[in-house]
Amino acid sequence: MTPAPVQALRKSRSYKAVARALWEANPISKQILGICSALAVTVQLKTALVMSIALTFVVAFSSLIISLMRRAMPRNIRIMVEVSVIATLVILADEFLRAFMYDVSRQLSVFVGLIITNCIVLGRAEGYALSNPPCKSFVDGLANGIGYGSVLMGVAFLRELLGSGKLFGYPVIPAFFYEAGYLDNGLMRLAPGAFIIIGLFVWLEHTLLSRKKGR
Amino acid sequence: MENLISIAVNSIFVGNILLAYFLGMCSFVAISKNMKTAAGLGVAVIFVLTVTTPVNWLIYRFLLAPGALAWAGFPEVNLSYLKLVLFIATIAAMVQALEMVIDRYSPALYVSLGVFLPLITVNCAILGVSLFMVERAYTFPETAVFGASSGMGWALAIIAMSAIQKKLRYADVPEGLQGFAINMITTGLMAIGFMLFAGISM
Repeated sequence: MTPAPVQALRKSRSYKAVARALWEANPISKQILGICSALAVTVQLKTALVMSIALTFVVAFSSLIISLMRRAMPRNIRIMVEVSVIATLVILADEFLRAFMYDVSRQLSVFVGLIITNCIVLGRAEGYALSNPPCKSFVDGLANGIGYGSVLMGVAFLRELLGSGKLFGYPVIPAFFYEAGYLDNGLMRLAPGAFIIIGLFVWLEHTLLSRKKGR
Repeated sequence: MENLISIAVNSIFVGNILLAYFLGMCSFVAISKNMKTAAGLGVAVIFVLTVTTPVNWLIYRFLLAPGALAWAGFPEVNLSYLKLVLFIATIAAMVQALEMVIDRYSPALYVSLGVFLPLITVNCAILGVSLFMVERAYTFPETAVFGASSGMGWALAIIAMSAIQKKLRYADVPEGLQGFAINMITTGLMAIGFMLFAGISM
């Protein structure tokens, strides 16, 4: 039996919002549409992690700010207001990376800037923050950012492991593997690798979900 | 001249913005089901990229780049961090203006493109190309070629994809793999095909 505090936690609204965003309403195919360009930074775990953090920051705070302003905003210019809030946050993230993590920001190149056109961010602002109080919107944004990040990290994990035999830059495949003739799969370092991994992920997800339904 | 040709070939095939940089996937997945729509969107993207990329170059060069405001007497001002906001605004404004111009002078073209133009504002490929243009420090002629040929590369990819999807309808795809998953894998195979052009050197 689960202890009472855990049960109480499971009944709370924030928990439900987080669980929804992380698992139930997190089909990889939907997240990928949002990911768009971010797949380009999944060659290494490190860049993928930084990208996920940047995106989570932007989604969470844009949801919070837009939700705070939702009563003061005229309806017909709301898209413009939302885009400018998001753009401001993206510029903050971009300048922060440039100042404190210059190497990573060079590798991420234009893709941090492209968070602006990421469908997830605007989607959360439009679909959730406009009609919910600030606190809940913040949690929702946070959870969506993490859900998205987890997909990115999954792709990056496979690509770095299979493509260069490393994780976070540390070699994890023992040297005698290479001596025995093991080769890194160069395809994983290139763009097609990401497309194919995503395809296989979605396949796995479909299979798991349909098994759950069949029971 | 040779430089321009190599930029064109590179951005249509090897460095295809869709297949190598994953830009513009949203509309790619949503629209590629129907070949006619795909072609329409492709043409619209070529059009918008050809116009907005050089305009953004001018804005960056004369307003935003470090030292760009020297002509106005502010040689030390560096506004390059504003490029994200300004580029988005330019793209939105240009798309709106284009829509009006096309409507006025070529109603036939408007009917076929009109639906797609507003969609394009939110297409990450458009902003991405402008940002790449800044990052790679292209000159004006290079930018013009880069914008137009990136659009052609994107159009080529989406039209090819819609043709492949038509064939896939008659293929016996395993159940879990149907829909999005097989599309992604097909795109991956297509990306491999496009990368073969890397062997061609100018």
